[in-house]
Amino acid sequence: MSTAETPVAQVEKKQKKKTVQWGDDPKIGFVEALYLPAIAGGIATALKHAFFKKRSTAQYPEQKPEMPPNYRGVHRLNRDEEGRVKCVACYMCQTACPANCIEIIAAPAPQDDPKWANRDKFPATFTIDELRCIYCGMCEEACPVDAIELTSIYDLTGMSRQEMIFDKEKLLSVFDETSKAGLDPVRTNRGALGPASEKSMQSTDSPPPPGRGKHG
Amino acid sequence: MSTVFVNDIEVEVGPRDNLIQAARAAGVEIPHYCWHEALSVVASCRMCLVEVGEKKPDGTIAMGPKLVPACQTPAKPGTVVKTETAKVKTGQQMTLEFLLLNHPLDCSICDQAGECYLQDYTYKFGKAQSRLNEPKVQRLDKYHIGEQIALFTDRCVMCTRCVRFTREISGTAELQVVARGSVEEIDVFPNKPCNNKLAGNVVDLCPVGALCSKDFLYKKRVWWLKSQKSVCAGCSTGCSIEVDQNEDHVYRLRPRANPLAQGHFMCDEGRFGFKYVQSTNRLSGPTSKSIATVGVAASAVTKFNGNVAGKLFQPADLAVVDHWPAAIQEAREKIKAAVDSSASSFAAVFSPMMSVEEAYLLASYLKGLNRNVKLLMGPVPVVGEDDCYPKNVNGSAPTAEKTKFTIRAEKCPNRLGVEKVLKHFQGALVPIEDAIQGAHGIQAWYFVGGYATPDDSIGWVSPSIAKATEPAKLLIVQDIFPSVLSKRADIVFAGAAFTERDGTFINHSGLAQAFRAATRPPQASRADGRILNELCLRQGLYNTEFLRKEIASKIPSLESLSVGDLGVHGVELHQLVGAHL
Repeated sequence: MSTAETPVAQVEKKQKKKTVQWGDDPKIGFVEALYLPAIAGGIATALKHAFFKKRSTAQYPEQKPEMPPNYRGVHRLNRDEEGRVKCVACYMCQTACPANCIEIIAAPAPQDDPKWANRDKFPATFTIDELRCIYCGMCEEACPVDAIELTSIYDLTGMSRQEMIFDKEKLLSVFDETSKAGLDPVRTNRGALGPASEKSMQSTDSPPPPGRGKHG
Repeated sequence: MSTVFVNDIEVEVGPRDNLIQAARAAGVEIPHYCWHEALSVVASCRMCLVEVGEKKPDGTIAMGPKLVPACQTPAKPGTVVKTETAKVKTGQQMTLEFLLLNHPLDCSICDQAGECYLQDYTYKFGKAQSRLNEPKVQRLDKYHIGEQIALFTDRCVMCTRCVRFTREISGTAELQVVARGSVEEIDVFPNKPCNNKLAGNVVDLCPVGALCSKDFLYKKRVWWLKSQKSVCAGCSTGCSIEVDQNEDHVYRLRPRANPLAQGHFMCDEGRFGFKYVQSTNRLSGPTSKSIATVGVAASAVTKFNGNVAGKLFQPADLAVVDHWPAAIQEAREKIKAAVDSSASSFAAVFSPMMSVEEAYLLASYLKGLNRNVKLLMGPVPVVGEDDCYPKNVNGSAPTAEKTKFTIRAEKCPNRLGVEKVLKHFQGALVPIEDAIQGAHGIQAWYFVGGYATPDDSIGWVSPSIAKATEPAKLLIVQDIFPSVLSKRADIVFAGAAFTERDGTFINHSGLAQAFRAATRPPQASRADGRILNELCLRQGLYNTEFLRKEIASKIPSLESLSVGDLGVHGVELHQLVGAHL
């Protein structure tokens, strides 16, 4: 008989040591058992908040809270510097959307319109069902041209379900309103635009945008 | 056969195979752009460069010093191929970096994204960064390449598959490479667009998004399309196809390589000719004269309003009422009565658009009622003559042994199959035009249509058929589009088009291929097999595999269908060889 333990026994011993140790609550003394000090302490806290602290109740809706700029509220569709819808209808947001609330119908950009001369594809319709949306922000993360963004508008109301299905014009008007009011949301990539959505295309610094240059 | 070693895997390959095919046999993928099984070898894309050596008889291996294109190297006995060495991988990365130098980063609006070999190979074999500091060359898009084809010039990798296709398969040679070096482009001669009948294939051949189909352009991102293996119903060639659909809307048909049927390609007539399936003119449900209009249920509205006092029924409520059981029951009773009164004055007209199973169901049911019921072959649409490719320089058809693709004049998929069924049940084949000569004495008709005639002013019903059926006591029509017949029929069954049915087509050479339903029939119309299954009071659901086995056991000439599952390439009916070609 040897005193050395088998490896299996060693492992079992280790596992035994690791099991949860249960302790008892500390015993309370006579004064604590009266509960009077605790009651007095509670009343003191309530009085302090009632008379000496600043009130935190906001008088909503007269007083509106200021939302952080990364708040995920109502969507907007951005415009490019020429006022066209920035969206290139790549369907990335619709693909990424876990709630299936985005529906795009793409079309070739009007070829005879000089305004659209350097764009190949654009969204003929772009609808978001704001009631179905779960405001997760996947759409703006997926967007390769920073065209769709969630704004800090949180108080979205309407009288019918139909009213809450936002079309392209409505989403563009949200952009107009928020950009006029200076409520631009923070960009998804920490303030900097993605390479595909830079305003001026310096030929040396980044690849051309998906709306590809001088094409018709 | 020769023995080749691909990454130390020993494979047997055919004498005409190249190293890409040898690697494929070993389960190794060698990336390639310019090489295509059906086209000549140019070895211009340099994507398939691999290390090649030779195994000497004494067992030693001598590797070659340079990378060689796998597409151009025949797999001779003892060849050793290495595709995973550092040398090969660096070569692949550099080739991809070069091909992507001027390739725009516009995957987000490119129709090919999702099924693009540039994307796939870059992901598998490429590297993430490009070292190009200069601006990418941008070129003008060319919408003038063809009626159905647009060229996004700067996406092109100059594999010249499209050029070789128009030279070798269609023989029309519209496409060519213009200019050289870094400014070379694909183009057509001025005012000579690529509009041949096989032109749509260059879009499938293009491994990148350079050639796009104008018909499909920006309609759907490909990752949303669900494919179903099917057979084109456009002509009796019976091209194997994939039907790409999303939410019951067919977006495009693509050829599916099938050496037994048509090869790798399909014609534009078939590719773009499926649109009738989505026509708004389709029959929407069963209708019957005796219950006013079953489909619209106008009489049912009054019936409901009378029966349910105090509750207002809207027609919308009734739209969900299934009128099929009543219509099928009525048809069954009327057929029975007509056959009982005079079997020889009852005729069923079979359309060559029917599947073998549907023809069998109807024929066996009617002959089961009475042996004297007439089974007639419906009109077989024939337009012009067989169109063979590649065309030679003066545009005339090639000789038979040089033919690589044929668009058949017979514009129906299953004449042969329906004929075999009719011959079995009737002994002789009687075309409808023969049966209605003179005093035919037919009082009751069961017509099966299914022809691609969305415009009912033309339709498939010839004046002689229309005239012959005028005095009929009973007229039942099973069709997909309204016609002269359906307008005056006692009962109309709204059937399904080929993308909505399951069944078997037998093509011109006796190849039986299975086609499967990709979408559901519109509104209240039903797959023909299901209608007939219920009409014949058969037990269970309409099941093609089960039916094929039954047909094979009953009809000797269709014995080959006994396998049930016909596989992706179909099964040849060997008995046919010589007899009917």
